[in-house]
Amino acid sequence: MKCSRTGARYGLLAAVCFALLCFATVPSFAATKIQHLVTPGGIEAWFVQDATVPLVAMEYAFAGGAAQDPRDKPGVGHMVASLLDEGAGDLPSKTFRERLDRHAIELSFTIERDELRGSLRMLKEHSGEAFGLLQLALTSPRFDADDIERIGSQILSHLRRNSTNPNALAGRNFVKLAFGDHPYGHPSHGTIESIPTIKADDLRNYVRRVLAKDRLKIAVVGDIEPAVLAKMLDQTFGGLPAKGDLTPVPDIMAAKPPQSAFVPLDVPQTVVMFGGPGIKRHDPDFMAAYIDNHILGGGSLSSRLYREVREKRGLAYSISESLLWMDHSGLFVGTTGTRADRAGESINAVKKEIQRFAENGPTPKDLDDAKSYLKGSQMLELDTSSKLATGLLQYQTDNLPIDYIEKRNSLVDAVTLDQARAVAKRLWGQGLLTVIVGRSLQAAAQPAAAQPGAVYPAPQPAAH
Amino acid sequence: MMAAQRAVIPALAALIMCLAVLLALPAALAQTVASQSPVTFTLANGLAVVIIPDHRTPVVTQMIWYKVGSADETPGKSGLAHFLEHLMFKGTAKHPPGEFSQTVLRVGGEENAFTNFDYTGYYQRVPRDQLATMMAFEADRMTGLVLKDENVLPERDVVLEEYNMRVANNPDARLTEQIMAALYLNHPYGRPVIGWRHEIEKLTREDALAFYKRFYAPNNATLVIAGDVDAEKIRPEIEKTFGQVPPQPAIPSARIRPQEPLPVAPRTVTLADARVEQPMLRRYYLVPSATTAAAGESPALDVLAQLMGDGSNAYLYRALVVDKPLAVGTNATYQGTAIDPGQFSIAVAPKPGADFTEVEQGIDAVIANLVKNPIPAEDLERVKTQLIAQAVYAQDSQTTLARWYGAGTTVGLSVDEIKSWPDRIRAVTAAQVQNVARKWLVKTRSVTGYLIKDSTPAREEKRS
Repeated sequence: MKCSRTGARYGLLAAVCFALLCFATVPSFAATKIQHLVTPGGIEAWFVQDATVPLVAMEYAFAGGAAQDPRDKPGVGHMVASLLDEGAGDLPSKTFRERLDRHAIELSFTIERDELRGSLRMLKEHSGEAFGLLQLALTSPRFDADDIERIGSQILSHLRRNSTNPNALAGRNFVKLAFGDHPYGHPSHGTIESIPTIKADDLRNYVRRVLAKDRLKIAVVGDIEPAVLAKMLDQTFGGLPAKGDLTPVPDIMAAKPPQSAFVPLDVPQTVVMFGGPGIKRHDPDFMAAYIDNHILGGGSLSSRLYREVREKRGLAYSISESLLWMDHSGLFVGTTGTRADRAGESINAVKKEIQRFAENGPTPKDLDDAKSYLKGSQMLELDTSSKLATGLLQYQTDNLPIDYIEKRNSLVDAVTLDQARAVAKRLWGQGLLTVIVGRSLQAAAQPAAAQPGAVYPAPQPAAH
Repeated sequence: MMAAQRAVIPALAALIMCLAVLLALPAALAQTVASQSPVTFTLANGLAVVIIPDHRTPVVTQMIWYKVGSADETPGKSGLAHFLEHLMFKGTAKHPPGEFSQTVLRVGGEENAFTNFDYTGYYQRVPRDQLATMMAFEADRMTGLVLKDENVLPERDVVLEEYNMRVANNPDARLTEQIMAALYLNHPYGRPVIGWRHEIEKLTREDALAFYKRFYAPNNATLVIAGDVDAEKIRPEIEKTFGQVPPQPAIPSARIRPQEPLPVAPRTVTLADARVEQPMLRRYYLVPSATTAAAGESPALDVLAQLMGDGSNAYLYRALVVDKPLAVGTNATYQGTAIDPGQFSIAVAPKPGADFTEVEQGIDAVIANLVKNPIPAEDLERVKTQLIAQAVYAQDSQTTLARWYGAGTTVGLSVDEIKSWPDRIRAVTAAQVQNVARKWLVKTRSVTGYLIKDSTPAREEKRS
C-alpha cells in the first residue's frame, strides 16, 4: 500500500441489531467465514473476522469511475481520487495527512473505468481514527485551490513522462483503437490539455454524482468485532446521499479486428500491444474463456505465447495476455517488448500462435493442467488480509454470490473441451487489434499520428 | 499487465521502487505480536534454515537464498549472476526443462527468482501439501543443472530484452546506472546487477556453469520456509532433500570485495536524452549499511530517510513542493540491506522551468536545517510510528516476511537482529538522527545526477 502510494504520487508520478448471515468456510483463512454484514443504517459489507495480525483492511468501491468523466474533461475522476485524501472538513491537507501518518493509517483512492475504489488499512488500535478520517474525506473533501494546483502538477508530470513511455503510449492508443469515442476509449488519467481546465466545481460535481450509497460495495478483513465494525460503517458511509446520479454508459463491442496502429518513438525496444473483443463477466462462456486465456498467455512461465516467443526464440523478456471485463464491454489484451530489428518476427510469432490456438483450441492435457492450476491458485490469491479484502470486493463488483469462492471450483470443472475449443475460435479467431510503438517498421502497419499526452492503463483482472 | 516476470532486479531502484522501498528497510521485522517466532537451525552440510510459521492459510513459501550476487562476479563478466538465475530454469539431469515450472503451475502455485548485488534467490508459493515436492526439486537444482547452447543462447537474448525493457528504454534508469558507477570508485556495487550490455552479449554457457559450480552449494545458501508449517515436522524432510547435497568447503565464508577509498570529491553526472519530458535530480550518498554501520547508525538512517522523504509531511516535500513551487515530487531512501556500504538517495522531480541550482539549494537547506536545529519530537514520533507499523503490516504477508528474513540473514544479520528492528527504531533519538545526517550526508560522499532533455538534433546511433 505504501508502495503504490509512493509510486503514484512520486513515482512520478492509487450496531446494535445488525443481521449476520454466515456462509461456508473459505479455503483461505481456513477457520473463518465470510459474513454478510448489514448495519442498522442499512450499509452492507462482506466481512471476515481474523485476529492473527492486529490490523484491519477495508476495500470498497463506488460505481462510476472514469467512465463518468465529463466528455470534454477526461481525468476528473482520477483527480478526485488523487485529492480525496488531501484535506477534509476543518483539516487542511497538512493536518489531515499528519493525522494519517501519526497513526500509520493507509488511506488511498484509485480510479478504474467503472468504479472509484478506496482502500483503508490500519492497526487495530487506530480503527476509530481511521474510519473518522475516511468519513471526513468522503463527506466533506476540501478541494482547496493550492491542493488542486499541486496535485494537478503531479498528474501533469506523470502525463508528460508517459508521453515518451512506449508502454504508456501503447496502452493509450490501444484503448483508442478498441473503443474510439466511447468513454472506455478516453484517457482515464486525463490529458495534458484537460488537467489544467479541471476546477473545484468539476470535482464537487463528480463527488455528488458518484459518492452515494446505492451502488457502494464494501469488503472488510481483520481484527475487529462485527458490532464495532457495523457502527463504524454507519458513521463512515451513513451520511452519503442515498442515490447517485450516474450518466448511463452504453454497451460497446471493441473494434472489429484486424486493425493496427503504429506510433513512432525512437526506442531500442519496440512495444507491441495486441488484443481484440473479449467477453463479459456474466457470459455463459466466461469461465471457458478464462481458462483458454490462461493456457494461451496467462501470467505463467509456461503459457503458449511465453514458450513460443520467449523460450524458443528469445524474442522478448515479457509476454502475457489478460482478459479484461468491464460493465459494458470486454477485451483480451496482450503485451510484449522486443528488439526493434526483430519486431516483425515477434509480431508474426504472436499472430501465428494465436491463430493456431483459435483453430485447434487447447489439448485435453492443456485443459486439465489449466483447471488444476486455477483450482489450486485460488487459495494463494487470498492469503493476506488485504488480498482477501480485494478479492471479496471484486466478487461484489462482479455481482457474484457470497458463496462464489466455494462454487468456483465446480464452475472450473464444468468447462468441457468442446466448449473451450468453441470459445477459442470465437475470441481468438478474428485476427488482432495491434498497436506498435517503436522505430519505423517496414511492416504493413498504417502510420497513425502519435498522440503524446496520456496513458489509459488497462484494468487488472483481480481474484476469481 | 506484466505479470510473471522472472528476475526482478531491485538494484535498479528507479524501475521498481516498490521493491526497493521494501528492501531498503534493513530487513525490518516484526515484533511478533501474534504470529510465532522464526525457528532457525543449520544442517551438517552448512545449509542455514529459517522457518517462519503462519497458520492462517494452508499455503507455504519456499525461498532459497544463495550468498552470491553481481558483486561477486569476475570483472569483465558483469551480469553473470543474473544470467545464471535465468538459466536455473533450464532443467537438470533428473528433470527436463519445464518440469519444475509445470509442477508448480499444476498445483496452482507461483514461482519466480531475483538477483541483487549480494544475493540470488528463488521461490515457490504452493499449497502446503506440495512443500516436500518443492524441496526435492529445489535441492536437485542446487547441483544438478544441465545447460545446452540450444537453451542458453536464446535465454541470453531474453536477458538482453530485459535490459532493453528495464534500462535502454528508460532514460531515468540509465541515469541511475551512471550514478552508481560514479558513486563506487572501487567496489563492484558500481556495476549494474543486470550487467553492462557489451559484457552480457558475450556471456557463455561455460561462464554460467563455472559460476554455478563455484557458488551454488548448501554451505553458501539460506533456506527460508514461511507459512503453514511445523518446524519440528518439516526438519526430517529438509534433511532428506537439501541435507543430501554435499558441501563445497572451498567456498570462503567471508565475502571480501575491494573497498571504497575515502571519498574526497563531490561528483556530478548528466544524462541527456531526447525522450526526457520530466527532468530529474538524483543525489546518492555513500553511507554505511546495516552490517557495516556503528551501533545505532543504521536505524537512525532509516528514520532520517522517512523524515526527509516519505509522504507529504516529509521535509523535502514540504520544502520543495509545498513551501516553494520548485518540484512536483520528492523521495528519500536508505538502502542499507547490504554487505558493504550502501546508499542514501534523494530524488526530486522539478517543475517545468525550475532551476536545478535552486532545487539543489533547497535540498542542501533541508539537510543543513536538520543538522543545525532540533528535530521536533512530534515529527520523530510520527515517522517512528510509521516505520514500526510497517513491521506489523508485513506480518500480513508470508512472502514479505520470507524476503525480509532472507535478505537480512544473507547479508549477515542475525534472526534476532532482524526481529528486534522495531525496538531499535523505537530507541532512535533526535540527536542520533542529527548525527548521521551530519556525518554521512556530506557532499564529498555524493554523486548528483541530472536527467535532462537532449534537444540537439538526432544523430545516428548504433542500433541494436
